[in-house]
Amino acid sequence: MDLRFRGAEPSEEERAAVDALLGPPASAWDGGSRTEADLRFAARAEAARDQLLPALHAVNDRVGWISEGALEYICRRLTIPPAEAYGVATFYALFSMKERPKRVLHVCTDLACQAKGAESVRRRVEDHFGPAGTSWHESPCLGMCERAPAALALEAGTPPVAQVYAPATPDTITTMAEAPPSSNGSTPSVKVTGETPERAAVPQAGQDGLLLLRRIGTVDPASLDDYRAAGGYTALRRAFDLGPAGVIREVLESGLVGRGGAAFPTGRKWDATARQPDHPHYLVCNADESEPGTFKDRVIMEGDPYALVEAMTIAAYATGCAKGYLYIRGEYPRAVARLQHAIATARARGLLGDDILGKGLSFDIELRRGAGAYICGEETAIFNSIEGQRGEPRSKPPFPVEKGLFGKPTVVNNVETLVNVLPILERGAQAYAAAEPKLFCVSGAVERPGVYELTFGATLRELLDLSGTTGTTRAVLLGGAAGAFVTDLDIPLTFEGTRAAGATLGSGVVLVIDDGVDLKSLLLRIAEFFRDESCGQCVPCRVGTVRQEEALHRLSRRVDDDDLVLLREVGQTMRDASICGLGQTAWNAVESAIDRLGVFR
Amino acid sequence: MIPLQPPRRLIDVEIDGETVRVPEGSTILDACAAAGKDIPTLCYGDTLTPKNACRVCVVEVEGARTLAPACSRKAEKGMKVGTDTERARQSRKVVLELLGSSVDMSTTPRAAEWVEEYDADPARFGDDAATVEQPAKVDNELYVRDYSKCIMCYKCVDACGDQWQNTFAIGVAGRGFDTTISTEFDAPLTDSACVYCGNCVEVCPTGALSFKTEFDMRAEGTWDESKQTETTTICSYCGVGCNLTLHVQDNKIVKVTSPHDNPVTKGNLCVKGRFGYGYV
Repeated sequence: MDLRFRGAEPSEEERAAVDALLGPPASAWDGGSRTEADLRFAARAEAARDQLLPALHAVNDRVGWISEGALEYICRRLTIPPAEAYGVATFYALFSMKERPKRVLHVCTDLACQAKGAESVRRRVEDHFGPAGTSWHESPCLGMCERAPAALALEAGTPPVAQVYAPATPDTITTMAEAPPSSNGSTPSVKVTGETPERAAVPQAGQDGLLLLRRIGTVDPASLDDYRAAGGYTALRRAFDLGPAGVIREVLESGLVGRGGAAFPTGRKWDATARQPDHPHYLVCNADESEPGTFKDRVIMEGDPYALVEAMTIAAYATGCAKGYLYIRGEYPRAVARLQHAIATARARGLLGDDILGKGLSFDIELRRGAGAYICGEETAIFNSIEGQRGEPRSKPPFPVEKGLFGKPTVVNNVETLVNVLPILERGAQAYAAAEPKLFCVSGAVERPGVYELTFGATLRELLDLSGTTGTTRAVLLGGAAGAFVTDLDIPLTFEGTRAAGATLGSGVVLVIDDGVDLKSLLLRIAEFFRDESCGQCVPCRVGTVRQEEALHRLSRRVDDDDLVLLREVGQTMRDASICGLGQTAWNAVESAIDRLGVFR
Repeated sequence: MIPLQPPRRLIDVEIDGETVRVPEGSTILDACAAAGKDIPTLCYGDTLTPKNACRVCVVEVEGARTLAPACSRKAEKGMKVGTDTERARQSRKVVLELLGSSVDMSTTPRAAEWVEEYDADPARFGDDAATVEQPAKVDNELYVRDYSKCIMCYKCVDACGDQWQNTFAIGVAGRGFDTTISTEFDAPLTDSACVYCGNCVEVCPTGALSFKTEFDMRAEGTWDESKQTETTTICSYCGVGCNLTLHVQDNKIVKVTSPHDNPVTKGNLCVKGRFGYGYV
């Protein structure tokens, strides 16, 4: 590959940020100074494309934006053509290629926050800081729906600071004063301030009978000893007793299906990966939780990080992976900090690395941060993102179990799915299947928003009885922006039950809409969300999401039958002809609102 | 000499009720061609790996939840494919409408014919519908980038990058509707890694990339393909012996292409073969 550069130089600070990640350059080819040896020997640069996203983060974290000099330096270090690196950097919403203030405020205006008065916060911010674009942005769902309305300020520096405003009130958010650091969760890499205890997100915390949430709010998330004292690492010991094939058999028998939205049987995925002759196998934990209204994975990672480390170790053992990637969305600074700490502690204590627990298992986890792209939660887009490509979904087949990360067999599961493996092994498949737990993210017009754990089979009404509702419930959005509105509260919260009701359990979003919410503006927000988050690869989604939004704007001014027909035709084409799930589901919620709630009648 | 490929098994595929036999590994598009079906394609390139981004070639595969892109989906034994079903036609129609309403398709071969065939109405989204309209980028003497005609098929990027040229002067930048083909920081081509091989122009399906001669003649209104002749000859610059197809109008070379079925170069040329015809 013949690289050509325009000659922009990085600043000292940018160079230091990249070198802190990659180490000093080895030769002049890598961007170092020319030495005698460079003139005598041809330097051979190792292409390290997968370090592109971490390198972009390094610069953006320290300087706040990515200049041409910084990008060129990264390209030299990693042997990447600048045009490609530019394409990757401009793909992510959290990066800026133009100079901007070090501190940028992200004001969530997405569904759950909109139902809780995000508009007044947004207006106040606009009055105070001027038009959106530089010092502040409107943000897609920040995953803090239980404390809506939310905002997140990210400030570049060493270390970078993430300040959470949740709930954000028009007054607190405009005072730039820094809140006192939280008592735990601070790490050298990101300083997180303004957080509340993780217990606040789990109304059931401390109750008996919980399986997935039992440690959250009751066990210190930073302490490995506390985790072990509270039952941690018994599942991994059981896994070693069963052997890899035994673990897969147990997971198959439990009937566990993926909790990310697609509900594919986990055991079959593991089995298919384990059988692949091609090596190495990779494990990817999808923690790019970005579906509006979803925050369960964040709560697990913040409140019980070692559970995820243990579950990933078990998955790797069963499927023969020596390396696991944990991809956490960029807007989750506390989850990133907690997991960094948990992984480092587990590694230091021999629970990651070579010869885990003296059983000869070699496995380690590399944590990767997303940078503001919903689409990277798609199971193949996440591979491209990790590999340092644009986070565009790949076409399937081939499926990940055959050709996934780096073209190798890969098992990709989301956080909740993996954590379910612990009770399966602790209790046995049959006991687990008899009372299978499911997490729900309840937000909107409810008294006690948060993550709830129920056994499969409970109805929506039972869930809302637990959380309590406020106002007159008009509808419930199940499954997030890609889900559907329902009005029947007696539908059972199972994959089959919701499907029969023409909805989806999706990622477990239960957003309660009362009669005080303007449904038209909620639909517009959903359309805006998909327009912003479409990767732009295929025509039905790239143009269809724009046309859907335009038609909804027209309809909210004046109802016109032609526009309704147009919406249906564009929606059906997105569903039929888009490459991935984003385009295929971008019309679901709008369709259900028109058909069931009679929005534009 | 082309080395013999290992023998491939033949599989039976049903296209619109008719059974055709194709070698294993063929795509649905290959099978459709074998069955004599004409499927519209835009982002498909005969010399490139299918990107299946445009979705005009979608067909209905029995048992599948969504429609499948014919250009990239491999035909499987016993697969039942409907190329002309209501659902497939409807999707093609809307995709053509979405493209036609956002992109200038006036120089896309066959676009007008397909719009008519599928009864598509790109004007239905109204006058305020967002488009990718922008001024053409004229930053060098050899070829022009008119991205208001770009359908984002990725073919130029693939041809410039690892599939042919390995120059990587252009990439896909931005996201969603704002995605563009761009050099780093949108720098002019003359500052980029571009070597002016013109292999991107060769694969562009819409005329967004065109010879400066063609662009200027179209602007003057003198471009007339009916008055052009095509002569395939051999490049005289070096010993590789690439094929050139000279497009001649009024006794002047107006454009140079290269046959895609040339077993050595597959339609690719270098700057001399593509643009170095001034001496003729």
